[in-house]
Amino acid sequence: MTLGNLLVVAAGVFAIGLFGVLARRHAIGVLLSIELMFNAVNLAIVAIAWSKGLIVGVVLVMFGIAITVAEIAVGLALVLLASRVAKSVVLDDLSELKG
Amino acid sequence: MIDAVLVLAGPLAAFALLGIVPPLRRSGKPAAAVAITGIGVSLVAAVALLTRIHAAGAPSIAEIVWAPMTTGPSITLGLLADGLSASMAVLVAFIALLVQVYSLSYMKDEPKPSFGRYYTYHSLFAFAMLGLVLAHNLLQTYIFWELVGLGSYLLIGFWFEKPEASRAALKAFWTTRLGDVGFAIGIVILWSSAGTFTFTELFAKVDGGALAGTALVLGVAGIYLGAMGKSAQFPFHIWLPDAMEGPTPVSALIHAATMVAAGVYLMVRIAPLLAHTPQVATVVFAIGVLTAFLAASMALVENDIKRILAFSTVSQLGFMMAACGAGAPSAAYFHLVTHAFFKALLFLVAGSLIHAVHTNDIFKMGRLTRIMPVTCACFAAGALALSGVFPTAGFFSKDEMLAGVLAAGHPVGFAILLVTAGITAFYTGRAFFVATMGSTDSPGHPHEAPLPMKLPLVVLAVLAVVAGVGGRLIPGLFATSIAPLAEAHGHAPFFVPALATVSALAGLVLAYVGYERRGFDPAAVRRSFGPLVTVLERRWYVDDVFEGVYRFVYLKVSNAIGWFDRFIVDGVVNAVTWGTWLGAGRLRTLQSGRVQDALYATAFGLVLIVWLAWGW
Repeated sequence: MTLGNLLVVAAGVFAIGLFGVLARRHAIGVLLSIELMFNAVNLAIVAIAWSKGLIVGVVLVMFGIAITVAEIAVGLALVLLASRVAKSVVLDDLSELKG
Repeated sequence: MIDAVLVLAGPLAAFALLGIVPPLRRSGKPAAAVAITGIGVSLVAAVALLTRIHAAGAPSIAEIVWAPMTTGPSITLGLLADGLSASMAVLVAFIALLVQVYSLSYMKDEPKPSFGRYYTYHSLFAFAMLGLVLAHNLLQTYIFWELVGLGSYLLIGFWFEKPEASRAALKAFWTTRLGDVGFAIGIVILWSSAGTFTFTELFAKVDGGALAGTALVLGVAGIYLGAMGKSAQFPFHIWLPDAMEGPTPVSALIHAATMVAAGVYLMVRIAPLLAHTPQVATVVFAIGVLTAFLAASMALVENDIKRILAFSTVSQLGFMMAACGAGAPSAAYFHLVTHAFFKALLFLVAGSLIHAVHTNDIFKMGRLTRIMPVTCACFAAGALALSGVFPTAGFFSKDEMLAGVLAAGHPVGFAILLVTAGITAFYTGRAFFVATMGSTDSPGHPHEAPLPMKLPLVVLAVLAVVAGVGGRLIPGLFATSIAPLAEAHGHAPFFVPALATVSALAGLVLAYVGYERRGFDPAAVRRSFGPLVTVLERRWYVDDVFEGVYRFVYLKVSNAIGWFDRFIVDGVVNAVTWGTWLGAGRLRTLQSGRVQDALYATAFGLVLIVWLAWGW
C-alpha cells in the first residue's frame, strides 16, 4: 500500500463521482456523486498525511466530514423543496434560469 | 444702513406677503393697499437715505461675504448708497408709488384676483429695480437686472389671454436676454481680469492701471450690450413699441423709472470704466445718436398714442446713451431723471385719454380740452417738457446733453441730435394737437379722470415743469458718489440753448400749423414722401431683418444641427445599442438553465487549469 496506489484509488473515486455528477439526472443521485468526490478528496488528504506522518491531515478530514454532513442536510432539504414546488427532482426539469 | 435695507424690504415684504397668502392676493383692494404701503415705506426710507448721504457728504457701503474664497478676494453682497444710487432709488420708489396709486383707478375693472396679481407683480418689479440701483457690485447688479427683466415680462404680458400681449412679453424678454448674454460675458471678463465684482474696487483698479487693455475693452463692451438690450438701443429697440400691449400704467413705469432706465443707469454707474475705453464710448455715442434719430423718425408716422410715446422713449434713451458715450454721464443722468417725470406723466395722460375714449388712435380722439381740462393741461406740460421748451425740465437736461456732446467734439452727432430734437417736438406736438384739439369728436362719452388718476398727473406735471431748475443739484449728487466725475463741465456756448429752443419751437409750430391751423395738408406731405413713409411704417425694416435672420439663418442652422444630432449622434448610439442587443441574443442561448451544463463547463475548466498547470 503505497501513497501512489492510494492516490490512484482516490483519483478513480473522484472520476466516478464527477461522472455521476455530470451524467445522473436525478437530484439525489447527483448529491450522492458529490459525496463520492468529497470522499475521494478526503482519502487523498489522509493518504498524504499518513505518508508524511502528520496528524494535521486527519483533523482536516474530520472537519471536512462534518461540513459534508451539513452540506448534505442543506442539499436534501433543497431537493425536498424542489419536489414540492416543481413536482420533480429531475434536474432537466429544473431549468428556470434558461436564457 | 437700516434705511437702505428698508428701501428693499418694503416692496419685497409686500411681494412675499401677496405671493405667499393667496386669499390676500385675490382680495383685490387690500392687496393693492399692501403693495402701496410697501412702496410707500420704500420711498420714505429712500428719502431718508438720500438726506443722510447728502448730509454726510460721503457714500455709505454695507456688505456681507457671500461666497468666501480660499484664494483671491471673496464674493460679497452689499448695498451701495451714494448720491447716484440714493437719488435713483428715490426716483424709482416715487414713480412706482404714483403709478400704483394711478392703477387703483385705471385697473378697477379687473377681476379681484387679477387686480391682486397686478399689484404682486408691481411689488416684485419695484423690488428688483431698487435692488439693481442699490447693488454695490456687478454680480448683484446682474441678478437684479434679470429680475427686472422678469418683472417686465410678467407685467407686459399681464393680459396674457391676448396673444399679442404674451407675444410682446416674450419678445421683450428674449430681446433683452440677447443683450444680457453680453452682460454676463462682460462681467466674467472683468472678474477674471480684475478679480472683483465690486464697483469701488473696479474703479480703483482701472484708475491705478491694474485693469486695462483688451480685457477692459471687452468687459465694458459686454456690459454695454446688456445696457443696449434693456435701454432699447438700436437694433434691440424692437421690443419697446410692442411692449405697449401691457397696461398703460405699466408702460409708464417701464419707460420712466424701471427697465429702460436700468441700462442708462448702469452706463452712468460704470462711467469711470467707460472713460478709460474710448473705443467703446465712441460706439455707445454712435449707436445712441442713431437710435435717437431712427426712433424719432418712426414716431412721425405712428397713430397709436402709446406707440408714439414708446418711440419717443427710445429716442430719448438714444440721447442719454449718446451723452454717456460723449463723456457727459451727469447730463445723461439728469435727463434720465427729468425724462422719468415727463415720460411717466405722458404715459399716465395717455392712459387717462385711453380710459376716457377707449381707443389708442390719436386721429379718433379730439376736442377734449373742455371735457378733460386737467388731463389736457398735464398733457401740454409733458409735451412741452419732452420737446424741451424753456423753462420745462426737458429743456435743461437736453441742453446739458447737447452741450456735453459738442464739448466732446462730435459736431456731426450734435447736428443730428439737434435735428432729432426738432423732430421730437414735431411729433409730440402732432400727438398733442391731434388728440386733444382738432375737429374730430371723440367716440363715446369721455369724462375727466377720477381723483386717483388725476393726483399723480398733477404731481408729475408740476415736477416735469420745475425739475429742470432743481437739476443744479445733480453735480452735488455726484460729489457724494463713489466715482466723482471729473468731466470738463465748462459753460456751454450760448448758441446751444438757442439752437435747441429754435429747433423745439420750430417743431411745435410746424405741428400746430399743419394739424391745427391746417396751414398745409399733412396727408399730402405724407403722399409726396410715399416710399420714405413706407420705410418708416415698416420701422426701417429692423423687425423684418430680425425675422429674416430668425427664419432663414437661425432656423436653418438649427435644423442642420438638429439633423446632425438626430441622425449622426443618435445614430451612433443606436448602432451600439443594436449591436449589443444582437450579440446578447446570440450569447444568451449559452444559458440552457440546466445545472449540469454549468457543471460540464466547470469540469472542462478544471481540466483546462490542470492541463495548463502541468502541461500534461
